[in-house]
Amino acid sequence: MAGEKLINLENISKSYGSHTVLDELNLYIRENEFVTLLGPSGCGKTTTLRILGGFEHPDKGRVLFEGEDITRLAPNKRQLNTVFQKYALFSHMTIEENIAFGLKIKKKSKQYIKDKIAYALKLVNLEGFGKRMPDSLSGGQQQRVAIARAIVNEPKVLLLDEPLGALDLKLRQDMQYELIRLKNELGITFVYVTHDQEEALTMSDTIVVMNQGYIQQIGSPEDIYNEPQNAFVADFIGDSNIISGTMIEDKLVEFLGVKFPCVDEGFGNNTPVDVVIRPEDVELGAPGSGRLDGVITNIIFKGVHYEMELMANGFEWLVQSTKFHPVGEHVGINVDPFNIQIMNKPESEDEEAAAIDPEAATLNDD
Amino acid sequence: MNRKKLQLFATPYIIWIAAFIIIPLIIVAIYALTDSSGAFTLENIKAIGIPKYARSLGISVLFSLITTAVCFFIAYPIALILKSMKIKNQNFILFIFILPMWMNFLLRTYAWKTILIPNGLLDNILAFFGITGFNFSDSAAAILFGMVYDFLPFMIMPIYNTVIKIDDNLINASRDLGAGYFTTLRKIVFPLSVPGILSGVIMVFVPSLTTFAVSKILGGSKYLLIGDVIENQFMTAYDWHLGAGISFVLMIFIIIYIVIQNFIDKDEGANLI
Repeated sequence: MAGEKLINLENISKSYGSHTVLDELNLYIRENEFVTLLGPSGCGKTTTLRILGGFEHPDKGRVLFEGEDITRLAPNKRQLNTVFQKYALFSHMTIEENIAFGLKIKKKSKQYIKDKIAYALKLVNLEGFGKRMPDSLSGGQQQRVAIARAIVNEPKVLLLDEPLGALDLKLRQDMQYELIRLKNELGITFVYVTHDQEEALTMSDTIVVMNQGYIQQIGSPEDIYNEPQNAFVADFIGDSNIISGTMIEDKLVEFLGVKFPCVDEGFGNNTPVDVVIRPEDVELGAPGSGRLDGVITNIIFKGVHYEMELMANGFEWLVQSTKFHPVGEHVGINVDPFNIQIMNKPESEDEEAAAIDPEAATLNDD
Repeated sequence: MNRKKLQLFATPYIIWIAAFIIIPLIIVAIYALTDSSGAFTLENIKAIGIPKYARSLGISVLFSLITTAVCFFIAYPIALILKSMKIKNQNFILFIFILPMWMNFLLRTYAWKTILIPNGLLDNILAFFGITGFNFSDSAAAILFGMVYDFLPFMIMPIYNTVIKIDDNLINASRDLGAGYFTTLRKIVFPLSVPGILSGVIMVFVPSLTTFAVSKILGGSKYLLIGDVIENQFMTAYDWHLGAGISFVLMIFIIIYIVIQNFIDKDEGANLI
C-alpha cells in the first residue's frame, strides 16, 4: 500500500528553554501511508507535526520532502496542509469562503474554485452548507469543513493534529471510518497525531509510539499491539500485565516463581526481562489445572466481557473473560506460549526515563 | 434569587443614570432651546452657523479625524507586535503605554508645552544637531501632538484586547493554506480585529471632538476648538444658553457619527472584508 519515502526527518532535536521536547528523532514517512504519531501529552508528537507544517523550526536536524531540505521553509511554501486541533475555521467567512481561501490565494479561476468547493463539500457530506457560517455548525461538521478546506489544495500530505479530540465518542468512531474512506479516495499521505490508542489502532498503516521526545516503537498496529518492544508501549497500547521475570533459556521464561514455555528466543540464558501478557490472553480454569493458582479479588461487567482482578503469587493480574467468576473464587491460571511476549529490560537511563507512567506525563500538560 | 430581588439591586444604578445622565441631558436641552428670558428659541442652535463657530467645529472635526487616524496607525502595529511577542512581560509593556493616563491631563499637556516652546527641550535637541528655525509651539502640529499623546491609550487598549484573543491557529491555518504574512494580516487578522478598532475609534474620536485646553495650551489660542468655544460661553461669556446650544449640536454630531459607524460595523463584520 505504501510507496516511496516522501518525508525524512533526520536527527531532529527541539527544546524549549531547558525542556527537551524532541531528542535526535529519526523518522521517514512513505507516500500514501497513514502514519499515526501516538503518545501521551508532552511526548513531542504535536511538536513533530508542527515542524512538518513549518510552524516550528528544529534546533538541530533536517526535514527532507522528496529529497529537498525544507527545514526552514515557510508554511505557505510547503506542499502540505494541516487540519488543526480546534478546527481553526475563519469565523468571519462562510463555509464556502473558508474552503476557497487557499485556492483564491493560488489565484485559481472562479469556475475551478466553484467546482472544487462542490467536490469538497460532497466528499465530506456537507452539501448545501456552503453559505452557512462556521458558528452555526456542530463540532463534527466544523471538523469536516476543516478537512475540506485542507484537501481542496491537493496537498501531498495532510497533517492532522488530534482532529477528533473535541468530538464525543460516537461521532469520533464515525469520523474514524470517514477519515479512512477519505484517505483511500484521495490517495494521499496522512500524518495523524493522537493520544488515543484505539484511534491509532483503527486507522493507521503505521504507528509511531512516542514518549518524552523519543520514538519507542514503529510498526503496524498488529506489531505494536502483539509485540510491544518495551514496557511503555505495552502499557500505553491497551491494558496489559507487565511482570518482571528471567529468561532461563530459549523458549523458557520464569516469572512469579513459575516456569512458562514461550516462543521467544535469542535473549540469552538467565537474562532479566519484562514479560507482557494481555488480559484477554489469560486463561482461567479449575484450581490446580493451570501453572499457578489465584483468587478473584474484583470483577466488573464491561459489555463484551468481564474484567477481573485476581491475585496470584503476589502479583495482581488483570484478566478479561466472557465467563463470570465471583469474587473469592479460586482459579487456575494458564497462558498459551504464543501469547507470552518477552521484552528486554530498559538498558540505558534514557530508555528508562522514556518509559515512565503515561498518566503522570498527562498531568503536566494543558 | 427571584426576579424582584434582582430588580431591587438595579435601583441604585437606575437612580444614578437618572440623576447624572438623563436629568443633566434634559437640563442641557432646556438651556439650549431657551433664551435668557426663558422663552423658546432656536437661536442657540442656529448659532453654529455663525462663521467663527462653524470654523471651530470644522477644525475640531478635522483635528479629531487626524488624531483618530494617527492613533490607529500607531496603536495597531503596537498591538500586533505585543501579540507576536511570546514573552511574559507583555502586560508590563502594555502598562508602560497606559502609564501616562495616571498623570493629570493638564499636567501632561503643560509638560509638552515646556518641551515644545522656543528654546525648550525639543529646540535645544534639534539645535544640537544643527537644525534650527522650526517652531512647534503654538502650531496645529503641537495641538495634534498633544491630542495623540493624550488619547493613544484609548486606542491601544481595545485593539490590543481584541487582537490578543485571535487564536494563533487561525494565523497558522492561513499560512498553512498558502497566505503570506501580509495576506494573512489583511484577510484574517484585520477583519477579526475590526470590533476592537471600532471601539478604539469611538473612544478616541468622541473625546477628541469635545476636547479643550489642549488647543489653548499648545496652540496659543490660534486654533479655537469647539470645546474651547463651549468652555468660553460657560466660564467667560456667561452665556449658558449659547454654550448649551453648541453642546447640543455637538452631541447630535457624535450620535450621527456613532450610528453611521455601527451601520458600517454590521456591514463589514459580515461580508464586506
